[in-house]
Amino acid sequence: MNNLLVANSVSKKFGDFTALNNVSIEVPKGSIFGLLGPNGAGKTTLIRVINQITMPDTGSVLLDGQPLQSHHIKDIGYLPEERGLYKSMKVGEQALYLAQLKGMSKSEAKTRLKYWFEKLEIGDWWNKKIQELSKGMAQKIQFVVTVLHQPKLLIFDEPFSGFDPINANLIKDEILQLRDEGATVIFSTHRMESVEELCDHIALIHESNKVLDGKLQDIKREFKTNTFEVGLVTNNEAELTNLIKEKFEVSKADYKSLNDDLKLKIKLNNNDTSNDLLGFLTSKAEVNHFNELVPTANDIFIQTVKNS
Amino acid sequence: MNHLPLIIKREYLTKVKNKSFIIMTILSPIIMIVLIAVVAYLSQLNSSKQRTISILDESGMVESIFKSTENTNYVILSEVTIDDAKKQVEEKEQYGLLHISKGENIDAILEGIKFYSKDTPSITLMEGLESKLEKEFTDLKLQEQGVDTEKLKSSKARINIVQESFLGEKTSKIDNVVKLIFGGFAGYMLFMFIIIYGNMIMRSVIEEKTSRIIEVIISSVKPVQLMLGKIIGTSLAGITQFVIWIILGGVLMMVVSAIFGINMAEMQAPQQEMMQQAMEAQGGDMKIQSLMSAIYNLPLTNLIIMFLLFFIGGYLLYSSLYAAIGAAVDNETDTQQFMLPILMPLILAVYVGIFTVIEDPHGTVSTVFSFIPLTSPVVMLMRIPFGVPIWQQVVSVLLLIGTFMFTVWFAAKIYRVGILMYGKKPSYKELYKWLKY
Repeated sequence: MNNLLVANSVSKKFGDFTALNNVSIEVPKGSIFGLLGPNGAGKTTLIRVINQITMPDTGSVLLDGQPLQSHHIKDIGYLPEERGLYKSMKVGEQALYLAQLKGMSKSEAKTRLKYWFEKLEIGDWWNKKIQELSKGMAQKIQFVVTVLHQPKLLIFDEPFSGFDPINANLIKDEILQLRDEGATVIFSTHRMESVEELCDHIALIHESNKVLDGKLQDIKREFKTNTFEVGLVTNNEAELTNLIKEKFEVSKADYKSLNDDLKLKIKLNNNDTSNDLLGFLTSKAEVNHFNELVPTANDIFIQTVKNS
Repeated sequence: MNHLPLIIKREYLTKVKNKSFIIMTILSPIIMIVLIAVVAYLSQLNSSKQRTISILDESGMVESIFKSTENTNYVILSEVTIDDAKKQVEEKEQYGLLHISKGENIDAILEGIKFYSKDTPSITLMEGLESKLEKEFTDLKLQEQGVDTEKLKSSKARINIVQESFLGEKTSKIDNVVKLIFGGFAGYMLFMFIIIYGNMIMRSVIEEKTSRIIEVIISSVKPVQLMLGKIIGTSLAGITQFVIWIILGGVLMMVVSAIFGINMAEMQAPQQEMMQQAMEAQGGDMKIQSLMSAIYNLPLTNLIIMFLLFFIGGYLLYSSLYAAIGAAVDNETDTQQFMLPILMPLILAVYVGIFTVIEDPHGTVSTVFSFIPLTSPVVMLMRIPFGVPIWQQVVSVLLLIGTFMFTVWFAAKIYRVGILMYGKKPSYKELYKWLKY
């Protein structure tokens, strides 16, 4: 079995409002799965269904091949977007309480907490109250509580919000390490650069329907337009541009560069390879910059949402 | 996984360790006792101030009845005109002057009694004077008509009707008063308990929403479990507080009365007054005895069992509603619109208890309200000391339990949906929709 989590045509209605319409996803074991979508698309509802907070009207969810049951709670670690902690409770007590709710014994929870607190260098917060901590500090505690019981499936909803770049990096490394240790991660965010960085699979939900899913790499391949960005050194820009226009589809490009090159976007003709283009260009001018335009997750997101 | 004990423990400990909770627990009885002590002290101070009243009795018939007491000093004036007397009293800054003018007969004298003072005299003082004069002049008039007042007094009959039910249970007026106190106390306690700790539950649900921890918790615990844990944990904290209040209050009361020599027991609570009147009617020496037998006559076992059942049932019923309200709203100011429907039956119950149960514990109104689940805990608790047929008690308890289960189901539904809703204030219509989610 290669998929840790499978959702089979899950639907959920709230009154007249359809939050999820026949959504199916497959999350491979050991992957980081990006769950994307505009605000209000139904991501949170799907996550809540996986967490058994909301029951689906129809459809089923399988974890490790078994339909979800209440004992699966301890196999899932969930960091919701709307998160917080009891303000007047001490950090240590609170972490112990939440760990015990996940089914850990008190002594086990203590040992694991010590390990994590040392790892993230927050050991001296144990007896502080949450209200004495900054938002970022509280977020760290929350992260620890989410991963403490070593769940098979981790669900992070906007995990980096509230973190400074240093801490965001720290958390990102921890997530990657957890993945390497065998955990599967579902990752929901609006920050496309983190999707780019972390996810190997994505699913895009738009207006309660899944509109796209698969390996990020495959999707990118699907979306690529065979367009190259080139920088050319020339004395006569107009003449060179016209020359290229005779053979290829050309538009202006804009990228950051140290030189005052002629910057163009050139689309390949159907049967051409990149070498054909490069050969053609080198015969006309000095090539300073040559780069295939790979669609970013951001492009894919916007394009898909706009088209559907 | 059953997390209920864990949740109860946390709810209980956070409540009990909370600073304001600790302060309230200790301070409330102290403030109460201090307040009572101050009032008692002040009223003693007030009544111990001696008033001087001058009496100018030109008829010479009633001078002798004015004997100075601890609180009032009577000065009998003679051989002065009324104008001189007034001046004299004003100069000496006495409290007032009672003038009884001459008259041809008693009726004429009665019309010419006047009281002069700088300020309006106190009502109790005037009533005291009036009753003194009335009594004396009545005697005088009776004597005038040849009646022997001594004989009249000795032939006065004292009646205390012994009440007995057809089953042979003897009761008396004092029994009724004791029952009233027991029932009233039980009903009122429940009322207070619901209001104080119901609110506490509501606030703690709202706190979970505003601190946004709810979704974290709810991903490991069933909402119903969380709700029940909250209700039970908070109730246990409430019971702890109540017990401490009673013990601390009792101890403080004894200490304060020992130190200041104020007899708190003589503080005139209305029930106590009624009890004293009832006891006086039975004759003084039997006081304690009849009080004990009155308490002994109460259906104590029945009372305690039913007290527990109705107290727990009623409290759980209301607190689940409070929890649902807490889940439905985002902050405390939004709770108002939902509070009214909860408070109305509760207040109604207390009013029914006070006004109709006292008058007629088994009348239609009291009986009906002791079946309606939202009012039954308070009203039934007040009725039980007067003896309620077992079938009525059982039916009422069953109705209460049934309704309790329904409200828990209902509250759990609202709770389950409400705790994850942020930002908007729901209307009743939306709450109804939530039930179907």
